[in-house]
Amino acid sequence: MAQYTLKVNGKSQSVDVDSDTPLLWVLRDSLDLVGTKFGCGIAQCGACTVHVDGVAMRSCSVPVSKVSGTVTTIEGLSENGTHPVQKAWKKHDVPQCGYCQAGQMMTAAAFLKENKNPSEKEICSAMNGNICRCGTYPRINQAVKTASKL
Amino acid sequence: MENKKTLDRRTFFKISGAAGGGMILGFSWLAQGCKQPEEIAKVLEMPSEWYDINAYLKIGNNGVVTIFSQNPEIGQNVKTSMPMIVAEELDVDWENVIVEQAGLNTDKFPRQVAGGSQSIRQGWKALRDAGATARQMLINAAAKQWEIEASEVTAINGILKGPAGQELSYGDVASAAATMEIPENVPHKKITDFKIIGSDKKNVDIQDIVTGKPLFGIDTKREGMQYAVVLRPPAFGQKLVSFDDVEARKVSGVNDVIKFGDKIAVLADATWPAMKAKKMIKAEWATDTPLESTSDHDKNLIAKLDTDKTEPFRNDGDVDKAFSEADEIISKVYESPFLPHNCMEPMNFFADVREDKVEMHGPIQTPAWGRSRAAKIINREEKDIDVTMSRMGGGFGRRLYGDFSDEAAEISSIAKKPVQLIFTREDDMAAGTYRQAIKYKIEASLKDNKITGYKLSEAAVNSNMYGLIPNFFPAGAIPNLRVAGNKQESNITTGAWRAPYTNFLAFAEQSFFDEVAEKLGKDEVELRMELLEVAKAVAETDEKIEYSPTRMQECIKLATEKSGWGKKSQGTYQGISAYYSHNTHVAEIADVVMENGKAVVKKVTCAVDCGIVINPDAASNMVAGGVIDGIGHAMYGDFSFENGIPSATNFDKYRLIRNIETPEVDVYFVPSTEDPTGLGEPTLPPAGGAIANAIYKATGKRMYKQPFVKEMNVLG
Repeated sequence: MAQYTLKVNGKSQSVDVDSDTPLLWVLRDSLDLVGTKFGCGIAQCGACTVHVDGVAMRSCSVPVSKVSGTVTTIEGLSENGTHPVQKAWKKHDVPQCGYCQAGQMMTAAAFLKENKNPSEKEICSAMNGNICRCGTYPRINQAVKTASKL
Repeated sequence: MENKKTLDRRTFFKISGAAGGGMILGFSWLAQGCKQPEEIAKVLEMPSEWYDINAYLKIGNNGVVTIFSQNPEIGQNVKTSMPMIVAEELDVDWENVIVEQAGLNTDKFPRQVAGGSQSIRQGWKALRDAGATARQMLINAAAKQWEIEASEVTAINGILKGPAGQELSYGDVASAAATMEIPENVPHKKITDFKIIGSDKKNVDIQDIVTGKPLFGIDTKREGMQYAVVLRPPAFGQKLVSFDDVEARKVSGVNDVIKFGDKIAVLADATWPAMKAKKMIKAEWATDTPLESTSDHDKNLIAKLDTDKTEPFRNDGDVDKAFSEADEIISKVYESPFLPHNCMEPMNFFADVREDKVEMHGPIQTPAWGRSRAAKIINREEKDIDVTMSRMGGGFGRRLYGDFSDEAAEISSIAKKPVQLIFTREDDMAAGTYRQAIKYKIEASLKDNKITGYKLSEAAVNSNMYGLIPNFFPAGAIPNLRVAGNKQESNITTGAWRAPYTNFLAFAEQSFFDEVAEKLGKDEVELRMELLEVAKAVAETDEKIEYSPTRMQECIKLATEKSGWGKKSQGTYQGISAYYSHNTHVAEIADVVMENGKAVVKKVTCAVDCGIVINPDAASNMVAGGVIDGIGHAMYGDFSFENGIPSATNFDKYRLIRNIETPEVDVYFVPSTEDPTGLGEPTLPPAGGAIANAIYKATGKRMYKQPFVKEMNVLG
């Protein structure tokens, strides 16, 4: 075990964990930020997506020892669910079970920072790494489009 | 948790008590009301007193209403739609409603199950009664106070009015209403007077979902809790001989390693050390029962398709005569693999087995069954076990089976600690209760350009699905019909998977009828409409016929009209599938185009008759989801076994449909005043047939085996 200091959602936090502990479990178990979800553990489903220095990363596959930047999770995306992506998700009432949606929103938020006016094709491609077993993809895409205009 | 300040301590304790077992999770939703998101910032003011009117609702002295949603929420949105029904009959402003997940309470609630698309259908009357009875008690309380007849009092939008201009809010009389005699046989509202039912209401958990609040079972945390990860036999049919946990115990954060049955649990302070240590256990396994392989299942199932000797599930007319007199016989075999459920939230459960009490919390579709199983395992009485349900990251049938809650209870009981059990994705996929491999042989006899006879033979691993639905279409539509099944026992655990019985059958049957139409030189829609016309007359006298031929025809008409059936420009190929299941009628038409020599599904038009639609926007989401899930599994779902070991254990090898592969889905509801039925399942079964039939038109290739992507190289 070793001490790591992370900047998460604007706050500096120290954790005492093994160096190979994925960021996902540091967030969920050590820092009680359970909004970031565990889906596969091998960076295939996107449920655990967070931002590291604004870039979307699969937190299940990033060991804590390799995290040097500022981490943003769904809890830190906005003050009270007011990020354009969150607003759009609410407007379209996107979720069914809701489990994958934090990851979907984090992917969308990072993507929209890079592409402010995406085409439908670009949205599908950007969101393709995030699995939704409920099949909410059409609403996810509508919400990303809406968010790009907010 | 920004709303915490609006709840005073006393109110909180009353609320948590009512939830049954010190539920601290989901605290924040309590004060949010069922507001539309743009208004969510406005926080409801909490009452200083709550008055229990009945099991389903309580009313605060300021008129705020809490409605308890009794059924588990797996994403089918019952946590919103069931309370909407109560609120409608109560006649209260939806914005003044708070929804709270009720814990398991079999004395109060009739059916706390998420399964079979039955929550709305079976809850409908009780939920209406709950709201209507409460409203009558409020009316009676106001009448008593005003010393007038109850019939002179109106109750609308949370306000009671008397003939002389008297006015009281529900909150004003809640205290008196709570002590009133419970009236019986209170009439329900007229359907034409509905204000909440039939209007779009946002998911009551939407704000908490988009802000990442702890809603799901996997988010559970309790003081002193241990995270448990379990090593199970790697192959079906194996048992544990011995194990060495020396290295596993050295992992920092690991507190204990426990053997229970043929499994070994690692208990740790956090999830990661438990997962890591599990991999370090050196276990020796031995074969207990034969290790099975898919290649053997395939051979056995094919052999079992010749079931003429088996007692049929339904047997109409004289099938043998029809076949012996036929001009032509069509005979086709359809094959499907096993399927894992792959809920996005892996199986997990919390259990705290203490001397005084047992607390269990988590995602389970069958909490009452979970409790009775746990009681036996830990040798405790059911009354000592409190079960509460979290929101679930998907269910699809997997969470009907309480193997995970059994394990959590057993581990906690042995460890004498609160335990949160968690499956890795590999555990989840390798220790499943799979949709069994099934094969169908379907045969039709044709004579004088008509279908005169129909035979269906089912061969399935572990259990025959068709035995439960022999009176579905085409029963009644074809005079000579025999449906029968045969099974092969297996040590691979199988069970219900979204739309059990029909999730594969519908594809087989609806593909088959397309071939019949082609042989008869008929439009596929026309053939279906004709068969349903025949069934109409039969259904009038044969009470066993489960579907309504008329309602199915209406769905087909709506789908063909909206999809422009037969009017598509060259280059768009359409396929139809119409299927009744889970009390709901559905017709789907898929549009396929060729892109770079490959067939691509562009759009599905889906027409649904589920009776009255409670929450149209959410219903439309669910309908589209079922279609997409159905397409995904028909196209890509592939799962097999070799010597008892599954072929895939994670999403690198197991393919689920992704965003790019998803077609547009247009959803239409047949207007109806019939009692509502469910939507969690019935739009999935027809999807495979609709796309298969469209793919055939586009490519000339018939699909006989799922997943389609494996069988053909014509798919994009």
